[in-house]
Amino acid sequence: MNGPFQFRIDGVEVAATPGQTIMEAADAAGIYIPRLCDVEGLRHQGGCRVCTVKVGGKAAGRSVSACTQPAEPGLEVENDTEARNRVRRDLVEMLFHEGNHLCPICEKSGNCELQAMACRLDMTAATRFPYLEPCRDLDASHPDIALDTNRCISCGRCIRASQDVDAKGVFGYVGRGIHRRVAVNGADLAHTDAALADHAMSVCPVGCIIRKGEGFATPIGARHFDHGLIGHEIEGRAGEDLARKDGRK
Amino acid sequence: MTEPRKARVATVSLAGCFGCHMAILDIDERLIALMERVEFDRSPLTDIKTFNRRCDIGIIEGGCCNEENVHTLIDFRKNCDVLIALGQCAIMGGLPAMRNAIMHSADPLRECLEEAYLTGPYLRNTTRLIPNDPVLPLILDKVYPCSEIVDIDYQIPGCAPSGDIIFSTLVALLDGKFTGFERETLRFD
Ligand code: SF4
Ligand code: SF4
Ligand code: SF4
Ligand code: FES
Repeated sequence: MNGPFQFRIDGVEVAATPGQTIMEAADAAGIYIPRLCDVEGLRHQGGCRVCTVKVGGKAAGRSVSACTQPAEPGLEVENDTEARNRVRRDLVEMLFHEGNHLCPICEKSGNCELQAMACRLDMTAATRFPYLEPCRDLDASHPDIALDTNRCISCGRCIRASQDVDAKGVFGYVGRGIHRRVAVNGADLAHTDAALADHAMSVCPVGCIIRKGEGFATPIGARHFDHGLIGHEIEGRAGEDLARKDGRK
Repeated sequence: MTEPRKARVATVSLAGCFGCHMAILDIDERLIALMERVEFDRSPLTDIKTFNRRCDIGIIEGGCCNEENVHTLIDFRKNCDVLIALGQCAIMGGLPAMRNAIMHSADPLRECLEEAYLTGPYLRNTTRLIPNDPVLPLILDKVYPCSEIVDIDYQIPGCAPSGDIIFSTLVALLDGKFTGFERETLRFD
């Protein structure tokens, strides 16, 4: 497998190069696959499973995470279907219930990827899951940064950013299973190397890592997801490609 | 032939701030068109306090934080064909549910009331008492979303929901054509 090849997502031909994941090829083709733990510029983790797609046909197919699964020639991928999106919606809903997510008082609201994913996936029906309502810490020790772990979804972005980009290792996982949490490598954030300019401080998809003094600066209507559904930028690429080709004619 | 009757709408504010009722007024001049098709029955807008006849649509603002809220909500379910939870408080408890986070302590209600009336740093309570008049509804162990108490047919998210989403949802329901929300219009705040 050396040269570029084709595979299909929901019946649409997509071009890929060897080594590309399903998600990377989809992004380039302007097909959005929902995701929370994966973000451009950090290594893939495959933790949240919101990107789960089915490969290899409906009956015999198996579920894989599109952010880690390599694309293969001829692969049939099921992505934007009611069945896939229902599983994703349940996953996102469970993330809401596992922490304490009070969007009306959260400064990330409107810029939050978890909230935006809930809107994209139409999380509006009465819930079937219990709220766990955990007691979690607020760490406001650092002069520039606060951590409200009530909103942490354990996506690991801050961990990867701090280790791989900042070369600091400020964040890490502690505990196992449902008790696995993200912790800092000091008594509190003030007793770590954390600095506002760290890449880790800009990757949190939710309102857990808070940059002090910036809250609610953007008015309602001008926030990131006030301009469109999460993923609309990627979906816009498909149109751009066509427009570019048309222009060349 | 008799004129088709107007749909009867009942509304109530449980553990809410009345912001969702204010949001109903954000329908603005379209209220005139809406009022051609509906009449408000039991509602703070009419000051009718009990159900005297069956209603087509019940709109609930707020979750349940005391026993009276629970009785009222069950009464709405019994008397309304379609029940709508309007706003984050009704849907998931909202701001009042902030107190649920302390509910893991050994004596949560006591802790909550003591902080609210006795020990909180910004208090002025000259009686030094926690209110316990018998006419006050008993406060619940925690704040419950409406869907944990009764079946809810539709939930309109927002804090408060926009006049647009309330209007378009009501009109679609009246037309029998509600098939879901436009995802671009969904807000959780
Ligand atoms: S982190 Fe996101 S989902 Fe959680 S409360 Fe804040 S805005 Fe809502
Ligand atoms: S703090 Fe933010 S970036 Fe880090 S794991 Fe939690 S949600 Fe993810
Ligand atoms: S959802 Fe918001 S506006 Fe509506 S009652 Fe609750 S706090 Fe008030
Ligand atoms: S985005 Fe693929 S598992 Fe999280």
